[in-house]
Amino acid sequence: MKGSKIIIESLVKEGVDAVFGYPGGQVIPLFDALYDAPFKFYLPRHEQAAAHAADGYARATGKVGVCIATSGPGATNLTTGIATAYMDSIPMVAITGQVKSNLIGNDAFQEADILGVTRSVSKHNYLVKDVKDLARTIKEAFYLARSGRPGPVVVDIPSDIQLADTEFSYPDEINLRSYNPTYYGHAGQIKRALHLIYKAKRPVIMAGGGAISSNCHKELLKFAKALGAPVTSTLLGLGIFPANEKLSLGMPGMHGTVYANMAITECDLLISVGARFDDRVTGKIAAFAPEAKVIHIDIDPTSISKSVHADVPIVGDCKNVLNQLLEELNTKKAGDVAAWQNHILDLKKKHPLRYSKKSKAIKPQFVIEEFCRQSKGEAIVVTEVGQHQMWAAQYFKCDHPRHFLSSGGLGTMGFGFPAAIGAKVACPDKEVIDISGDGSFQMNVQELATIKQYGINVKVIILNNGFLGMVRQWQELFWNKRYSSTPLTNPDFVKLAQAYGIKGMRVQKESEVKKAVKDILAYNGPLVADFVIEKEENVFPMVPAGEAINRMITEGLA
Amino acid sequence: MKHIIQAQVENKFGVLARVASLFSARGYNIESLAVGETQDPTISSMTIVVNAPDERILEQIKKQLNKLVDVITVTDFTKKEYVSRDLILAKVSCDDGCAQDLARFVDSYPARVVEKAKSYWLLEICVDSHCEAELLTALKKIGIKELVRTGRIAMAK
Repeated sequence: MKGSKIIIESLVKEGVDAVFGYPGGQVIPLFDALYDAPFKFYLPRHEQAAAHAADGYARATGKVGVCIATSGPGATNLTTGIATAYMDSIPMVAITGQVKSNLIGNDAFQEADILGVTRSVSKHNYLVKDVKDLARTIKEAFYLARSGRPGPVVVDIPSDIQLADTEFSYPDEINLRSYNPTYYGHAGQIKRALHLIYKAKRPVIMAGGGAISSNCHKELLKFAKALGAPVTSTLLGLGIFPANEKLSLGMPGMHGTVYANMAITECDLLISVGARFDDRVTGKIAAFAPEAKVIHIDIDPTSISKSVHADVPIVGDCKNVLNQLLEELNTKKAGDVAAWQNHILDLKKKHPLRYSKKSKAIKPQFVIEEFCRQSKGEAIVVTEVGQHQMWAAQYFKCDHPRHFLSSGGLGTMGFGFPAAIGAKVACPDKEVIDISGDGSFQMNVQELATIKQYGINVKVIILNNGFLGMVRQWQELFWNKRYSSTPLTNPDFVKLAQAYGIKGMRVQKESEVKKAVKDILAYNGPLVADFVIEKEENVFPMVPAGEAINRMITEGLA
Repeated sequence: MKHIIQAQVENKFGVLARVASLFSARGYNIESLAVGETQDPTISSMTIVVNAPDERILEQIKKQLNKLVDVITVTDFTKKEYVSRDLILAKVSCDDGCAQDLARFVDSYPARVVEKAKSYWLLEICVDSHCEAELLTALKKIGIKELVRTGRIAMAK
């Protein structure tokens, strides 16, 4: 069997049902084989979008996303998407074409050392030097991508390997002596954790992306209820704990809720479930959870005690570890948390998320609230990066895991639209909304052609303030209002959508918002909605960079 | 503080680059790095000497190394009984004034004269961590013309 066909057969063996990719000189043999492939293939208009679409597909399902690009520029265009997936631990396999084996290292046409380029932004990468290694390499790539702490794996395949012949045999099992993730918590650590839990009077649970990838929402709910502990979800963890739960604290950190940040600051036990204490969450480390003992559950030992010291580290899969804890937990021994719960409810009542409703211009928070209300919180929300992302995280109350997809670690503008395409391909029965800004949307705006070509029903909501709003906000608050390169001259987004053959609409008045949201959700097809919002609205609360998280700016709130 | 860390790795192309780029990407400085095949030709051993300012950074370095897919085991010799060696090749002055010092040096340290040329002596010196500083001072006194080292290798007792 030819190498190109082996690639297809291997993908089939892995259960792949959708692939995103872009052809080019060194993958022509592979694309010839793709012509007869039994899975769906989507051609975006830029390789970066192929990677983000594969990423969105993976985030929405937990399955491995697959993208393909040619050598050189095709492969380097994938790298932002690979790095995005790497920072957020998203399972992905990126297949890149490479120049012929005998030309590698020759500065050949469209040659790039993609192994070197992706080394620090991928979980692992391979150059296939012999067609006999091809099937096993793909098997390993999928295994690595989805196991342990998931991540993107790059498989670089020279064009002559795609043309070479060998017998196809797909290995059933992979055994790597150098790679053995720990899936179950150490029994001694479970006991030590329980000891801290029994002593705690003010516990807080913080759930992150690792909780989402281990699909532990049921266990987490059970665990939180058993402890009577409030739960805060990081940006990557949103949806793992229902936002409508009484003791849900929403998001912590820089643009987190006042009550999440206060709870962390005041708690005497912080249980981190698959969160890695990102600097946007912790603010000033010395003032982060200063009174708390820390239990840190994470499948990746490098995440533990990296920035915040863990008193009881537990390496393992979040779901397994929560089950282990639940099995041994004796609720009779647990401390009385009633006073703490009342205090939390009081904080929630005293410091709710709020925004001024005085102005006549459309408030972005209101638009998001309306989408949440009218979609009954059931839509998959994908975001770009910036102010709209934070407003979405604050105001779209997400009750289900894998329903809030956002580039958290790398903070990649242009992620949302292609990721929404991937999510919609993966979940065709779900409403998929890309909440976007006028800046971010233009970073992958060419994908309008893709949703038109394949009839992918994604709704793009532009919260258009004519600024790169998040940077403008920093400039306003910390840089003396010197708006350096943040005002944007934008195209007419309605006409732009129409030029691609897609419905476009504009909403300019607060009074039109409810009806517009209703129309958008009722419309059966792809759509771009340009909401012209308050130009200089800020995201509050805000913790200035490097400041303690309980020192939030809430100014501007009437 | 200096630490000796040893990684057993898959003997494949690109592994050295992965280890090196891990250090550079995280801003850790490598003092020395020695790589070679072990008794098992599929496994190479890398002995890395790093200067880690605190325990937390050292822990991170070890964990990050372990996280690399091609790294099989990581050993930190810091709190272990071990032997370590570093081979130096040095050309030193052999002027009349140095002759006595040179003879004394070769007697006192694990050094051997490889070649006696007109203008220099080429020495092969096997260094362990105890005599390193003293030995280098003595060598400097004689007059170093050129010096290269292999980097440290180590083995647990």
